[in-house]
Amino acid sequence: MRLAPGTRIQVYGWLLLLPALALLVTFTHYPTVTTLYHSFQSTPKGARPAVWIGLDNYHAMAADPVFWQSLRNNALYALGTIPLSIALAMLMAVLVNGKLAGRGLVRLAYFTPTILPMIAVANIWLFFYTPGYGLLDTVLRPFGAGSHNWLGNRETVLPCLMAVAVWKHAGFFMIFYLAALQGIAPALGEAAAPEGAGRWYVFRRVTFPLLMPTTLFVLVNAIINSFRLVDHVVVMTRGGPDNASSLLLYYLYDVGFRFWDTSYAAALTMVVLGILATAAIVQFAVLERRIHYR
Amino acid sequence: MRAVALAIAVALITGAAASSHAQTTEISFYYPVAVGGPVTKIIDGLAADFEKETPGIKVKPIYSGTYQESIVKALTAVKSGEPPQTSVLLSTDMFTLIDEDAILPWDDLIKTAEDRAWLKSFFPAFMLNSQTGGKTWGIPFQRSTIVLYWNKDACKEAGLDPERPPANWTEMLEFAKKLTKRDASGNVTQWGLQIPSSGFPYWLFQGLTTQNDVLLMNEAGTQTYYDKPAVIEAVQYWVDLGQKHKVMQAGIIEWGTTPKDFFEKKMAMMWTTTGNLTNVRTNAKFPFGVAMLPAQKRRGSPTGGGNFYLFKKSTPAQQQAVLRFVKWITSPKRAAEWGIDTGYVAVRPDAWETPEMKKYVAGFPAAAVARDQLQFAVAELSTHENQRVTKALNDGLQAALTGAKSSAQAMKDAQAEADRILRSSRR
Repeated sequence: MRLAPGTRIQVYGWLLLLPALALLVTFTHYPTVTTLYHSFQSTPKGARPAVWIGLDNYHAMAADPVFWQSLRNNALYALGTIPLSIALAMLMAVLVNGKLAGRGLVRLAYFTPTILPMIAVANIWLFFYTPGYGLLDTVLRPFGAGSHNWLGNRETVLPCLMAVAVWKHAGFFMIFYLAALQGIAPALGEAAAPEGAGRWYVFRRVTFPLLMPTTLFVLVNAIINSFRLVDHVVVMTRGGPDNASSLLLYYLYDVGFRFWDTSYAAALTMVVLGILATAAIVQFAVLERRIHYR
Repeated sequence: MRAVALAIAVALITGAAASSHAQTTEISFYYPVAVGGPVTKIIDGLAADFEKETPGIKVKPIYSGTYQESIVKALTAVKSGEPPQTSVLLSTDMFTLIDEDAILPWDDLIKTAEDRAWLKSFFPAFMLNSQTGGKTWGIPFQRSTIVLYWNKDACKEAGLDPERPPANWTEMLEFAKKLTKRDASGNVTQWGLQIPSSGFPYWLFQGLTTQNDVLLMNEAGTQTYYDKPAVIEAVQYWVDLGQKHKVMQAGIIEWGTTPKDFFEKKMAMMWTTTGNLTNVRTNAKFPFGVAMLPAQKRRGSPTGGGNFYLFKKSTPAQQQAVLRFVKWITSPKRAAEWGIDTGYVAVRPDAWETPEMKKYVAGFPAAAVARDQLQFAVAELSTHENQRVTKALNDGLQAALTGAKSSAQAMKDAQAEADRILRSSRR
């Protein structure tokens, strides 16, 4: 059988797509659809099978104070970590992009936290925060500060977790900024100098706008990370005290694998997915229009 | 997908095994241990000894992480249709496992008088969390209670009798006041007492409620009593230690670093599990004492730790093999050996009569404290929807300890939440 040339190209194209498509469907799209389906059903328990309950899980969620607290915590956590780690990343990138003695070493030092697994990082920071003889209290002692229960107070626990996240991610984002900075022609800065533009002015009007595509990419990643990475919560606080450090995904894990309320967990998953999808769409639709790609 | 692949793999393996040695029965056994080390060696050794003594049965221990990870793995395996034949899981997981239709009562296998005697051979305190509705669902294996450890040097320094632990709540507070040291600027350098409150504060709290002579739940696991006045009193005592009397670090105290704080002399008395006995014995650089928890209206501590469960979906031959294995590993000699090696409380009275155990206790009398406390012990908090109902209490306790709610308010809220969760279990 001979195929028309147009069809052959079509088949050829689909064959090329097939491996990626198969993986995506199996591990992303199919699970998403089944999760949505399960979120409208009750959790099967032993001999009791699942039944269709419509929006019950979502109504229960609206009335669940721990869900709202986790959502609020997560929003605060995102607000507290994302701008700070992006600003730090940019600063570090500009620093190690210039001429600096031992530049390679400094770059490595900034990047090290990224290489460490989150579990290890969390355990190290757990020691930093230990009341009395932990690193933080030991450093603060000469200044007359007593022992602080950093992770045991509802006021300090979330900022403490944010510090870990910033420390862990800033170095990673720095790499992207560094790559972007290397791609900016020095001629642009040189051209501005004779006009009397200072270094800050050049950064603000030339470098920063040219870094915007990278910032968008980093922003998307940072938002995903702030909802996706909860290893340190598991190691350091398990959401305590009294849910003060419970993040959405951590609560989801609790519901799914400690309470075994799988259908409610499915509903929570849909909410997390919804938040992330909305964030991504807004970022790409709104910010992209204001970004200058070369 | 993965479940299917796994099922095929398992079918192939078991199929192959069945055809080559038709007479051997293999049982898989989930055992909770987070990392390799001495305990996995002991378990491997026990499995090997058993196989040597019992030809025809192969025991395959599978190390499954923490207790929490182990129940996740076990229940996931149940849902995928290939559960282990037996597993050591928290005694408090009993209702969860029953509700998930994952386990069988041991009574189904008990046929002979000897077997019936075996079921009755354990300390009654350990059976409280192992039986419900007239059936036995768990066989005690690695069980513990809470005890008080104290630093004898610190007591001497504070002018206290280093050999006498606090006998009641009033004394514990008095001792703690004397043991709290402050530097010139008023910062605390040594706390008097530490009762950890991270992760599972309900367990340590149950020590306090038992001493105040009140139970937290009914035996059927369908009702909690979080807002009884005696419970609120117990919360208030705990909160006051940190906030009013300032003899304990305010806020939440991390369970994991508590033994380390003790070794570092950051506090002089701690409440923790008997499972830490070997740890403290190895790492404390000062003489220490181990005592029963102090009394208020009575003495008391909850039990804790893990039981053997019998999973459904195994062949009758496998079930018999599990029974033989569990009977063997809980025999007096083996139970004593296990207790000596790990610090857990040997689960039956006759294990304490073995020559090995007598010798061990003679050299290290602290080991017997947990056993002696068992007569005062109560069942660990466990209900239907256990993790959720327990979390309601944990959240309430942490809210009170961090000062976000009054003790009464925190317990009222916790009880309301527990009532809401347990509503469907009462039908």
